[in-house]
Amino acid sequence: MLAHIARRLLTAIPVMFGVLLIGFVLLQVVPTDPAVVRAGPLATPDVIDAIRKDLGLDQPLWMQFFLYLGRLLRGDLGVSIINNVPVSQELGATIGPTLELMFASLIWAIPLGILLGTVAAYWRGSIFDRAVMAFAVAGVSVPVFFVGLVLIWFVGFKWQLLPFTGRDGPIWTLAGLKAIALPALTLGGVFVGPVARMTRTAVLDVLGADHVRTARAKGLAERLVVLHHALRNALIPVVTLIGLQIGFLLGGAVVTETIFSWPGVGRLAVGAILSSDMPLAQGTIIVLSLGFIVINLIVDVLYAVLDPRVRAS
Amino acid sequence: MAGQGPLLAIEDLRTVFRSSAGDLPAVDGVSVSVAPGRTLGIVGESGCGKSVLSLSIMRLVPRPGRITSGSIRFDGRDLLTLSEGEMRGLRGGSIGMIFQEPMTSLNPVHTVGRQIIEAVSAHKDLSASAAKDVAIDALRRVRIPAPEKRFEEYPHQLSGGMRQRVMIAMALSCEPRLLIADEPTTALDVTIQAQILDLLKLLQQETGMSIILITHDLGVVAEMADEVAVMYAGRVVETGPVNAVFGDAQHPYTLGLFGSVPRLDGENQSLLAIEGTVPPPFALPPGCRFNPRCGFASDRCRSEMPLLRPLGPSHQAACWHAPVEAEFG
Repeated sequence: MLAHIARRLLTAIPVMFGVLLIGFVLLQVVPTDPAVVRAGPLATPDVIDAIRKDLGLDQPLWMQFFLYLGRLLRGDLGVSIINNVPVSQELGATIGPTLELMFASLIWAIPLGILLGTVAAYWRGSIFDRAVMAFAVAGVSVPVFFVGLVLIWFVGFKWQLLPFTGRDGPIWTLAGLKAIALPALTLGGVFVGPVARMTRTAVLDVLGADHVRTARAKGLAERLVVLHHALRNALIPVVTLIGLQIGFLLGGAVVTETIFSWPGVGRLAVGAILSSDMPLAQGTIIVLSLGFIVINLIVDVLYAVLDPRVRAS
Repeated sequence: MAGQGPLLAIEDLRTVFRSSAGDLPAVDGVSVSVAPGRTLGIVGESGCGKSVLSLSIMRLVPRPGRITSGSIRFDGRDLLTLSEGEMRGLRGGSIGMIFQEPMTSLNPVHTVGRQIIEAVSAHKDLSASAAKDVAIDALRRVRIPAPEKRFEEYPHQLSGGMRQRVMIAMALSCEPRLLIADEPTTALDVTIQAQILDLLKLLQQETGMSIILITHDLGVVAEMADEVAVMYAGRVVETGPVNAVFGDAQHPYTLGLFGSVPRLDGENQSLLAIEGTVPPPFALPPGCRFNPRCGFASDRCRSEMPLLRPLGPSHQAACWHAPVEAEFG
C-alpha cells in the first residue's frame, strides 16, 4: 500500500512539471506586460525597463522558466507583482477558505447523490427514478454560475434569507455557516446530479450480480442486501468516477468563489490572471493542480480500502 | 424413509416472464416432490426452466418473472402464501441454496467469514463470537483445511473448489432441511466436481437433509439422485426413481439425452445428437413441445399436449407413444 502511494507520488512529479510548463506558456500569451502593470500608468520607459530587468523579464523565455523552477525548488514562489506580497503568503491565506468551501460542498452533495442514485436504482423505472435522472441531467447541463446567480437572486437578494458575499468567520460559527451556505449549495448542487447518475448505474449493475442473489438466498433483509452487497460494491466505481469529476469541481470552485466573492484560491487565480500577476497566477495553478493530484491520491487509497483485490495486487 | 410425506411438494407450478409478447412461461405446470433425506435430480438442457424452477422455490425469480399459479408446499406450508418476511426466514434457514458460479456467487469485497456470519445472524440470535464459532464450524464441516485462517480470507484468495465449499458451508450454516443445488459443479474441474459431489453426499448423510440437484449432467444425477425429473421447455416430461428412468427411459427426449452421453464401454459408437434446440418460450409448438425434434412424432403429438402418465411404480412419462418399445419395438 505504502509502495503504491509512493509510486503515485513519483508519477505526480512529471505531471507537476507539465502543469508548470503549460501554465507558464499560457501566461506568456496574455497580451499585457507585467512590467508595465507593475510600473503603473505614469511610469517612463526607463522605469519600465528597470522593472523588467528587476523581474527577470528581459531574459529569454526558457531561461525565465528555469529560473522560476529553480526558485520553486528552493520553496520560493516569488512575490506578487501587484501587491508586492510573497505569493506563499497570499496562497496561505486563501487555501483555508477554499478547502472549507470544498468540504462544505462535498459533505452533503456526495452522500445525497449516492442516496438518490441508490434509491433510483432500487426502484428502477419508477417515478422517483425518472425524477432523479431528470434532476441529474439538469445538474450536468446547468452551468455553475447560473445556479449561483439564481440562488443569489432569490435566496440572497429577494428573500434576504442568507448572505451572498464573502466569508464571515470559520464554518463552525453561525455567521460563518450562513456565509458559506449559498456558495456550498451552488458548488455542491452541480455535483449531486453526476454522483447520483454514476451511483445509479453502478448499483443497477451490482443488483444484477450473482452475489446479490446469494445474499437474498441466505435470507438477508433487503436493507442489508442493498447496503452491504449492492451499494458497498457499487462504491468502488463510484469513488473512481468521483475522483475523475474532481477537476470539474475545481473549475466550479473558481467560478463559485468569483461570483460569491469567496476569498479562496480560485478567486485569487482569476484576479491574478486578469492583472497579469504571473508569479501569483503560477502559484494558484500549482495549488490547484496539487489539489487535483492529492484528491486523486486519496481516491486511489480509498479504492484499495474498498476493494480487497486491489489491496492484494 | 418410505411412507413419510414429502418435505417439499410442488404442484402445477407456473412461472412466467412478462414481455411485450405476453406472458412467456419458463416453468409451465411442473409438479415434483422430494421426501426427507432424499435427493431429487432435475435434468434438462439450458433454457428448459430448471433454474427458474429452483429460484421459484426460493421465491427469488428476478423481475419481470413471477409465479402465476400452483403451490409449493414445504413442510406443510404453501410457500406462495407466506409473507415476504416469513419467506426470508426460510431462505438460508430451512432452505439453503448454492449456485453454479462459485467465482461470482460470493461477494468479492467481504471476507468469507463475514459472509457466513451474515447468513448465521440472519436466522439466529447469537453473539458475535458465537456466530463466529458457528461460521468456523461450518467451514470445518465442509472439510476446508485451516478454517480459522480461511475465515479471514477474501473469495479471490480461494480456488474454485474452495469457494464452492464456502458456498456450501454458508448454505448449510443454519442446518437447512432442504438444499437446492443449482448446477453446483458445472463450473469446476472434473476432479473437484467429484470431491464436491462426495462432500454433498457425506453432508446429506450427516444431516439428513433433502437435496434438489439441478444439472444438465446425467452422470451427476446417476451418482447422486434417488429420484429424477427430466425437464423440457418448461415441463417435466419424465419422472421416477433414478433406476427406473435410467434403466428404462420412456420419453424420446430422455432417450435422446442418453444417446448423447459418451460412454467408455461398448462399441465405438457415434454420439447421437438431438437435432435442433429447445424452443424459446415465445415460440412453443402446439401439442407436445418436443414434437419438432422427435423421431416418433405423429399427428396427435403435433396437436395435443401429452400429460404425465404412470408407466411403472412412480415412473411417469408425458408421451403419447410411451412405452416406446411397445409401440416401436
